[in-house]
Amino acid sequence: MPKAKSKETLVEKAARLGLSNEDLVDMLRTMYLIRQFEYMADRLYALGKVHGTMHLSAGQEAVAVGISRATRKDDYLINHHRGHGHFISKGADINLMMSEFLGKENGYCKGRGGSMHIADFTSNNLGANGIVGGGIPHSLGVGLAIKHRKSDALVITLFGDGAANEGVFHETLNMAALWKIPSLYVCENNKYGMSMDVERATAKLPIAQRAEGYGIPWYAIDGNDLLLVYETMKNAADYIRAGNGPVLVETQTYRYFGHSKSDRNLYRSKEEIENWRTTKDPIMRFRGQLVEENIITDEFADQLDKEGLKINEDAVAFAEASPEPDPSTVTEYVYA
Amino acid sequence: MPEITYLEAIRQAMWQEMKRDDRVFLIGEDIGRYGGAFGVSHGMLDEFGPERIIETPISEPSIVGAAVGAAVVDMRPIVEIMFMDFTLMTFDQIANQAGKMHYMFGGKATVPMVIRMPGGSGTGAAAQHSQSLETLLMHMPGLKVAVPSTPYDAKGLLLSAIRDPNPVCFVEHKLLYKTKGEVPEEQYTIPFGVADIKRQGKDLTIVSSGIMVHKSLAVVNRLAEEGIDVEVVDVRTLKPLDNDTIINSVAKTGKLLVVHEAVETAGWAGEIMAIVSGSRAFDYLDAPMRRLTGKNVPIPYNRQLERAAVPQEEDIEREVRAILKGEY
Repeated sequence: MPKAKSKETLVEKAARLGLSNEDLVDMLRTMYLIRQFEYMADRLYALGKVHGTMHLSAGQEAVAVGISRATRKDDYLINHHRGHGHFISKGADINLMMSEFLGKENGYCKGRGGSMHIADFTSNNLGANGIVGGGIPHSLGVGLAIKHRKSDALVITLFGDGAANEGVFHETLNMAALWKIPSLYVCENNKYGMSMDVERATAKLPIAQRAEGYGIPWYAIDGNDLLLVYETMKNAADYIRAGNGPVLVETQTYRYFGHSKSDRNLYRSKEEIENWRTTKDPIMRFRGQLVEENIITDEFADQLDKEGLKINEDAVAFAEASPEPDPSTVTEYVYA
Repeated sequence: MPEITYLEAIRQAMWQEMKRDDRVFLIGEDIGRYGGAFGVSHGMLDEFGPERIIETPISEPSIVGAAVGAAVVDMRPIVEIMFMDFTLMTFDQIANQAGKMHYMFGGKATVPMVIRMPGGSGTGAAAQHSQSLETLLMHMPGLKVAVPSTPYDAKGLLLSAIRDPNPVCFVEHKLLYKTKGEVPEEQYTIPFGVADIKRQGKDLTIVSSGIMVHKSLAVVNRLAEEGIDVEVVDVRTLKPLDNDTIINSVAKTGKLLVVHEAVETAGWAGEIMAIVSGSRAFDYLDAPMRRLTGKNVPIPYNRQLERAAVPQEEDIEREVRAILKGEY
């Protein structure tokens, strides 16, 4: 993997990575769209409009956008429970997502899944999973299918730091290496599995070094550095598409909201959260670089933020005006 | 019609469907050169190669998980779990993943996969290699459960299972593998949810599955010499269950005995009794409904203890006679 030059400007780096100014702006736009979706979800919950739980990814946007930009539309995505950002960056319809979030019949899963089970099989988005690590072994079968079809697609398999301590993580990595499964494994380490600090839960860090035991190339990177995420994922994807087998990337990041709606943040300090927000925020960092290098103005960046808010406000209006599922249909979809 | 074993019928169903549909593959432990723990897949590695007879490390949860992943992208995996007992290690993938995906994704995902699993006692394999866990599988929404008792049923039900768009748990009784029966060479399917009346009768209905069908038939055929005429209903699939055949049979005979190897508490005999007692057949009952099941114990090792843990022919005979004499 080529090492980024220390003095490299954003413009130089983007040129080296083949990203146009439009690409960079679009990446910022998507990060704002995700952030605003998460803020809106939190607001809707506070207003009592959300029936169930949710797991918000505000603070982790660069991981989602970096991965989706570095991979193809026809690549498969196996998502984790904190998956809104990945779903959005893969091109989801915000209206249908919001409808699902509010449990409406026209949501992605007809209101049967909710925040934790959003999927869109028509776009190879194989769904988010409510069981920590539950989706990891699915990558083996998707990979076998890709090989069977002699396709050069890959499967992006997402999970968190908590899931890396599930047995299926190790079982799957072993088999993926044995069978050269075309899977990009991404451990999104946001520091806490619910309240459990990764340092108390993981005998040896970084998590990604566990890949060493399976002969799988691995990287542990700053997940809040958008172009570093992009570059790492792009190189990994190229390596996997060339038939070399899987790669494990650990993206070190941070979630601003609690684990879920019941979290009172008793396991971490306000200062810690504030420090990440003010000094390591992926959006502020990328935006700052874009402004500093005169690719966009501050006003334009604010505009992108507002656009993200507007799209989400419209989505709420769409979802609120959408029909609820008919209770008489409760037994539909148990069997195909 | 050729006579083959239950084991050969299962192999033939897989073999023929793998020839017909290149999306079908078999995945599991020791299924290659070894032929699987019971020899079911013997010879298949040579015929289909390692890409379609996929041997795995000992990692049951991820083996089933791999099949789930393949199924949702339109492959047709068949998993062999070496012993039904080991499915307990895979319950997240079977119940939370395979069984629920169609529903929780609003009907947009389908999970066409089969999990084959040898169950049952009688081989001296003790508590962790002898269980009958079909009730657990029936309990989970989204799963189907087949429990074939004959070579003919095994082949036809397995072909239906492979072609079914839902996850199917296919329970093979290990004592049946060497039993023989007539099986057509050509492909045929037996629909799920259609019970088979293995013997017509008018005095009492036995509802059973798997090896207990054979034990019941042996008893009932002997009793017939005394003029006792018992009907034996083989459910063939526990989910879906053929309620109508059971209800009609009980309405005809007025007496019900459910025989299964699985332990009694919360076993599926209770489900059959609930179906009957909530149906028109209730009015025709002229004796209390009874169940004869495995005892509420882990399967023991010792031969005599193992026999004592699950219904034997003498138990079935005693129970049938007791019901007919009005002892309950």
